[in-house]
Amino acid sequence: MSVDIENDRKLAHYVSEAPFDSHSIEALSPEQERYYMASQWQLMWWKFIRHRLALISGGFLLLMYGSILISEFLAPYNLHTRNISAIYSPPQSVHLFHDGSLVAPFVYGTHYKLNLTNLRREYTEDTSKIYKINFFCKGDDYSFWSVGKGSSHLFCVEDGGTLFLLGTDRLGRDILSRIMYGARISLTIGLIGIMMSFVLGMVIGGVAGYYGGVTDLIVQRMIEILQSFPQIPLWMALSAVLPVTWSPILIYFGITMILAMLDWTGLARAVRSKLLALREEDYCLAAQLMGAKPKRIIGRHLMPGFMSHLIASATLSIPTMILGETALSFLGLGLRPPITSWGVLLNEAQNISVVALYPWLILPVVPVVLVILAFSFLGDGLRDAADPYK
Amino acid sequence: MVNYLVRRLFIMIPTLLAISLIVFLIIELPPGDYLESYISELQAQGETVDQNHIEFLREQYGFDKPVMTRYWEWVTGMIVGDFGFSFEYRLPVSDVVGDRLLLTIVVSMVTIIFTWIIAFPIGLYSATHQYSWGDYGLTFIGLLGLATPNFLLALIMLYFANVVFGTSIGGLMDPDYIDQPWSWDKVMSVLEHLWIPVVVIGTSGTAGMIRRLRANMLDELQKQYVTTARAKGLPPLRLLLKYPLRNAINFFIADIGSMLPSVISGAELVAVVLSLPTTGPVLIAALQSQDMYLAGSFLMFLASLTVIGVLISDILLAWIDPRIRLAGGAAK
Repeated sequence: MSVDIENDRKLAHYVSEAPFDSHSIEALSPEQERYYMASQWQLMWWKFIRHRLALISGGFLLLMYGSILISEFLAPYNLHTRNISAIYSPPQSVHLFHDGSLVAPFVYGTHYKLNLTNLRREYTEDTSKIYKINFFCKGDDYSFWSVGKGSSHLFCVEDGGTLFLLGTDRLGRDILSRIMYGARISLTIGLIGIMMSFVLGMVIGGVAGYYGGVTDLIVQRMIEILQSFPQIPLWMALSAVLPVTWSPILIYFGITMILAMLDWTGLARAVRSKLLALREEDYCLAAQLMGAKPKRIIGRHLMPGFMSHLIASATLSIPTMILGETALSFLGLGLRPPITSWGVLLNEAQNISVVALYPWLILPVVPVVLVILAFSFLGDGLRDAADPYK
Repeated sequence: MVNYLVRRLFIMIPTLLAISLIVFLIIELPPGDYLESYISELQAQGETVDQNHIEFLREQYGFDKPVMTRYWEWVTGMIVGDFGFSFEYRLPVSDVVGDRLLLTIVVSMVTIIFTWIIAFPIGLYSATHQYSWGDYGLTFIGLLGLATPNFLLALIMLYFANVVFGTSIGGLMDPDYIDQPWSWDKVMSVLEHLWIPVVVIGTSGTAGMIRRLRANMLDELQKQYVTTARAKGLPPLRLLLKYPLRNAINFFIADIGSMLPSVISGAELVAVVLSLPTTGPVLIAALQSQDMYLAGSFLMFLASLTVIGVLISDILLAWIDPRIRLAGGAAK
């Protein structure tokens, strides 16, 4: 036996000089390689686009936010353009055919009559007059973001006609245009508000979670107390506190601040519980031993670990903010004219006798519901995508 | 259990104190006080302002005292049932609040029960028939309910009631009974009118609850004890009712705590739209006219209502789930 082994050892053998390629045995296909080498954000993106509804919602929201950049151009009329001859005019419908022949999109003229028995304004279509709808045409003058002046609109009607696709309000202002301008306020208030509450939640939750102990206890109690308040009455009380003398723009920031001040609690809780779990990890200890300061450990090592979760839950709480602003303005406690948000528009529909006569005044409900649904779907998709390894 | 109860009650006191401090801060924040707006109102009407009268009022309402004293008097007054004086109504706050608070509690309670009755079977169905058409349909309706703000839903319902039935569905009782003493007929009338606000306020809560119940049940259904029971041949319905459901009930009760604030918030808003005789409309009016003791008391009541609701849900939870009362940890 032993002799055999000796012999074996002496056997001539060949060793390849080429460097060893560890992948030569199990070669990765290009697809696998792409997947294994992808960064975390890349993986999230791949997972996210598989969620169709979330993708569509994201696209819709991008369009909405894009539209507020150029509301002046998209809206057929200005925010405050009053049409005295068309007060509480019902929505006009767009026609394509007149007497069986194609005319291109047009609206009929309207005929106005005051019903003297019940004092209702009655508008009837006057089919003898045809006003074509033009695209990229000149209409109301506007100052574009108070920088340049312009008068071109995406679409408008021929001279002499009116184009109120969603009707007009008590001052004869076009509701469609006002909804488009209102999007500017309603959509940004949610975004700015969530940024503020994001920062608050991260700082407060981060401090509580990292230091633990007494700090944590105090923050926890504070959150519990804030959460036991019914949100809307507290919002109402706080916005009633805003001085009447403030300019509308200050009120806008005040309301945003109020919304953010009560919203950070949920985020802070999430940050805290994640931090409590993560700070026990070895890599955190390693960073501490190497002398990293708490600020660096939280910001550089811990936060990135759950940033994606935070973004997802922040997206899910934007609707609360938009709804909050709408509710406050609807009650007349939030934003005040001339600032126009969807809530301010709905304020006109507060009186049921008005709504019964002019039902198109509640149309600003539609964008509110759509945007909130879109944010919920987007948030759901982001939440699923936030954990791409699952 | 007694131990747990005592500890739980003890935690409540600092919470309520902190809430009262916040409420007091909020009602103190606006510059000026009710008397100042009262004076300017008098001057606007062209009446002369009797300085002695104003001084008398100021002393009577305690506006001349330092802030801390006023806070102390307010808080200690509340404990013995003296909630201060409403300037707008010229009545003690407790007289203004009385019935309205009761109705707010009734509306909120009925809403929560309604939410349970609707959400429970639907949540169960969705969880046991995951990814079926029924599940998708119900989920979609639920999402729509979640996305529609309830005050707008109230507005839309008002409109359709007006157009289709030609009636107004606002209010919480027949107009004949308003300001009448409570009687059997009045209670019946309230019950008749109650369902509309309850449905309107309950929709979003129900939708949220269905989603949470569904997720919770799905988690439970994947656990091994379910597989074991199924392997042993337990009939599906019996299995469902006996094991996963009992675990899900815990969450159901704990959910009151998170539901109450939003139900009360919703009730306030809907009350304004439907002109219910609850706290909502008065609270808004009080906030707008700086009637601070009235507004403060309302805020305090609503917050206490939530705190007490959470307390009840915690106690129920401890009663049902031995893990909580034995471990002595927090209920969440």
